[in-house]
Amino acid sequence: MIRKPMALLALAVLTAACGGTAPETPAAKEKVTLTYSLWDPNQLPAYQECADAFTASSGIEVKITQQGWEDYWNGITTSLVSGTAPDVITNHVAYYPELAANNQLLDIEPFVARDKVDLTRYTGDLASLWVRDGKRYGLPQDWDTIALVYNVKDIEDAGIDPASLKNLTWNPSDGGTFGELIKKLTVDANGKRGDEAGFDKTKVATYGWGLEQGGGVVGQTQWSWMPLSMGFQYLDKNPFGTDYKLDDPRLAEAITWWQEQMKAGYVLPREEAGRLGLEPMMQTNKAALVPDGSWRIGTWAGSTEQKFAFAPLPAGPQGRKTIINGLAPSITAGTKHPDEAWQWVSFIGSPACQDLVAKRAVVFPAIKTAATTAAETHRAKGVDVSAFTDIAADPNSLSYYPITGSANEINTEAQAVIDQIQELKVAPADALKQLDARVADILK
Amino acid sequence: MTLTVGRPRPARTAPPGARRGKPAGDPVVAWLFLLPALIGFTVFYLAPTLRGFWISLTDWNLLSDPEFVGLDNYRAMLADDKFWNALRITAEYVVINIGTQTVLALAIAVLMDRLTRSVLVRAAIVVPWLVPNVTVAIVTLFMLDHNVGFVNHILQVLGFEPQSFYGDSDQAIATIALVNTWRNMGYTALLFFAGMQMIPRNLYEAAAVDGAGEWTLFRRITLPLLRPVTVLVLVVSIIGSFQIFDTVAVTTKGGPADATRVIYYYIYQKAFNEFHMGYAAAMAATLFVLLIVLTATQMRMLRASSSDLR
Repeated sequence: MIRKPMALLALAVLTAACGGTAPETPAAKEKVTLTYSLWDPNQLPAYQECADAFTASSGIEVKITQQGWEDYWNGITTSLVSGTAPDVITNHVAYYPELAANNQLLDIEPFVARDKVDLTRYTGDLASLWVRDGKRYGLPQDWDTIALVYNVKDIEDAGIDPASLKNLTWNPSDGGTFGELIKKLTVDANGKRGDEAGFDKTKVATYGWGLEQGGGVVGQTQWSWMPLSMGFQYLDKNPFGTDYKLDDPRLAEAITWWQEQMKAGYVLPREEAGRLGLEPMMQTNKAALVPDGSWRIGTWAGSTEQKFAFAPLPAGPQGRKTIINGLAPSITAGTKHPDEAWQWVSFIGSPACQDLVAKRAVVFPAIKTAATTAAETHRAKGVDVSAFTDIAADPNSLSYYPITGSANEINTEAQAVIDQIQELKVAPADALKQLDARVADILK
Repeated sequence: MTLTVGRPRPARTAPPGARRGKPAGDPVVAWLFLLPALIGFTVFYLAPTLRGFWISLTDWNLLSDPEFVGLDNYRAMLADDKFWNALRITAEYVVINIGTQTVLALAIAVLMDRLTRSVLVRAAIVVPWLVPNVTVAIVTLFMLDHNVGFVNHILQVLGFEPQSFYGDSDQAIATIALVNTWRNMGYTALLFFAGMQMIPRNLYEAAAVDGAGEWTLFRRITLPLLRPVTVLVLVVSIIGSFQIFDTVAVTTKGGPADATRVIYYYIYQKAFNEFHMGYAAAMAATLFVLLIVLTATQMRMLRASSSDLR
């Protein structure tokens, strides 16, 4: 019942967006069914809605398959080998270089040029992340940034004005106001705060700063914002750099400061972080604050055990910096229906689909206007997500996710070093220098 | 264990005059019976093994064609710290796992043998073995969690510090080994128990009359006479133990700080996360040879084929 008006609306928006150039009429053709894969179950309903609208307007059926992140990439690779890959896959910047280098993805630049797709409607430089050697492998569908998640009650108990969190500063020598904040938010078993005399770091009840395991060489949510705010850059050039700058003294300085906070008892120790991720740690109030990605807004906003809110990342010596990253649909090279697959890809990248996704407010769509709609949807539910959206609107604050080949291998190497740093077993400066040499070996 | 394939008997269907008295048809019948197993062995074991050896001589990322590189993969492997680290960790796992599992299983088997013959107890003891490995891993991941885990809750009630088990690079591999010991010891105990049933009861009675205690009975009768079964159990469980993969894949993914990157997980990572099929195959081939050598040594040292009963 709801399908028809929705489809009509989508069709109207689609033709409006195309500005007169009518899409190829699929009439008289045989019925085509495309397969499309994604990994995030939270996004499935939104893209199912897109698919329904697409089918209604084009007559092309879309069958969506969903597999968790862990299995997703194995599934994609083995299905590419056996020739049963989906026509269109949701792609990640850490994986597409490898697939493109092995000629498994279709270059969509000719389609983009033919249909004169407006690439300026996308947030920042997201569209250019998908270009390699003049070939284009995806149209941006969404983006994500990092902000601080904090426990509202902990902030109030510490006597801190939540409004003051909007202007936090950070530097690697004294930690700035962010350093003071995490001290104050750390409370030991006797109720002494981290900045008070008699604070017992061996018996901390609530840590000021949570710790998420993982992150590999990028530390997207874990630590990336610190070195980036000092002017650090991961690669000699991005995308497709060949030299990771892991021996940069600024990186060592930032990570050393982080490790010092762990030693001082203000950061949840790695051993206590558990392997279940951030959620149990924050829900049981073991930590008061943690940087996290916009893809998990729903988790925090929907929490019933604790009340969480969001604050912008602290501003470092070179200002405020976040990693921005986004996903895109790619067409697999083996598809039997390249034209139909392109129609679906361009539909995902169009306002018609992204406005539908925005109304579900699970991710920020890549198109600027749609992202605004998503933010408004959040606001209507009483959730302020400006900490994620404001920073995305400022090009100077954005650092694009580092893109190289052999990303998996590099992440495995880096993860072992980050683990050791978190276990306080190595000094960051030495360990990062050794890691730099090993990573250079992989990229050689 | 012996397997009789064919007992000589008169060939009934043989036409008169055709090599009477010799069981000419029997090898054919034997092969016919072996055929289904042989096909399975060739298709699912032999061919993939040979292909694996071939892949180990190539550089192949699944997506483009394999390229012959000779022994390059093996050379790279010998120079790879992570490979040696993986072997060391696997050995550590095997020692802890097999050590505790064998001792506990023997103890349980003796208790079952000497104290109770209840089928209910025997059934209860293999229950953990019936739970899939992945389920055990997920359940223990939650039970051993530092923040919400039940085990740490108990530890704190008893006045101990909470431990992070899977999350600490010093404890992780021992944790995985002990979790699998818990899962497997009932099954291993059942194998030992079955072996004990072959030991004549009158030996125990005679020894008891001579005044031997339970410990002497175990050391002087049970243990020596159980040897063929012990060898079988050890060979099978050590090979199984070397193949530790699922618990690691579910709980630690090789971390923290490479502390649980056992050889099978490393092979898996190289093959299916990083798509170095040739390199992964080279490590798998090395492990294959290693296990054969290990098994042969074990069989020899424990004289598997002879029993003290005969």
